[in-house]
Amino acid sequence: MPCLLTSAYILRFRLPRIRWHDKGMALPQVAPVETPEIEESPLDDSPWVTIVWDDPVNLMSYVTWVFQKLFGYSHDEAEKLMLDVHNKGRAVVSAGAREKMEMDASQLHGYGLWATVDRS
Amino acid sequence: MFRRNGHQCVATFAVDEVRVLRKVANEVVDLLTDGFDHADPVVGRLFPDIYPDRPEDSAEFRRYTEGELKTGKIDQAGAILAALPDDGPGEVRLDHEAAEAWLRAINDVRLAMGTRLDIRGDTDLGDELDDAVLHDPASSRVFQLSVYAYLGYLQESLLNALPEID
Repeated sequence: MPCLLTSAYILRFRLPRIRWHDKGMALPQVAPVETPEIEESPLDDSPWVTIVWDDPVNLMSYVTWVFQKLFGYSHDEAEKLMLDVHNKGRAVVSAGAREKMEMDASQLHGYGLWATVDRS
Repeated sequence: MFRRNGHQCVATFAVDEVRVLRKVANEVVDLLTDGFDHADPVVGRLFPDIYPDRPEDSAEFRRYTEGELKTGKIDQAGAILAALPDDGPGEVRLDHEAAEAWLRAINDVRLAMGTRLDIRGDTDLGDELDDAVLHDPASSRVFQLSVYAYLGYLQESLLNALPEID
């Protein structure tokens, strides 16, 4: 029986996109934040993150597909990230301005992934 | 199950499959319209709190985004209903856009059923089905678990039938 009952996810890192496996690096938990044109006060400049949580229903193949679809990963990259999150139960998938993280989470909800937003 | 045929994903469904797919798609639409209730755990799973520890912020975000998210989910369930034969067995041919809508819609159904069936990370679907059959082969749980398993295979077949994303 194929694995129908497990899943987990992760998303891309942005600004700039890190091709971490090309550099022999471990998967970073948080993207480097460039604090571009973010209109936040100096007291409120810590980045926000989007977190995707492990889920007992979503197919691993589906989650991999969603990562490819939403964040432009290759199949291998997306699968590697999916497995990484699966093994940890949750993972930071993007970091940046709060509004952008809310948009990411909302898109993920559209695909049925369980995403939340938090301060990094 | 779906297979690739040119630019389309194609499946031939028996009458029972058509009925089951119609039933679950209609149930999702009902759940998202007349039956919509934030206290329902299924609604909680399909529309998760974006800030788990901050109910007020979650509620505010919900006010702005929930309508669109709900419409999207109703539309994707509608894509299943629109492509199925009206009655009896038949072939379904999906272009890329319709195939993606089906994928998301099947996923919504599986999330809803998985929540109702209390599927957990360590649940073995085969064992669960064996137990349910042993307890009462005619129970609704046996039927629901069977449909849930079927939808997992169907979703997997549709994923495999989609062209590779470059």
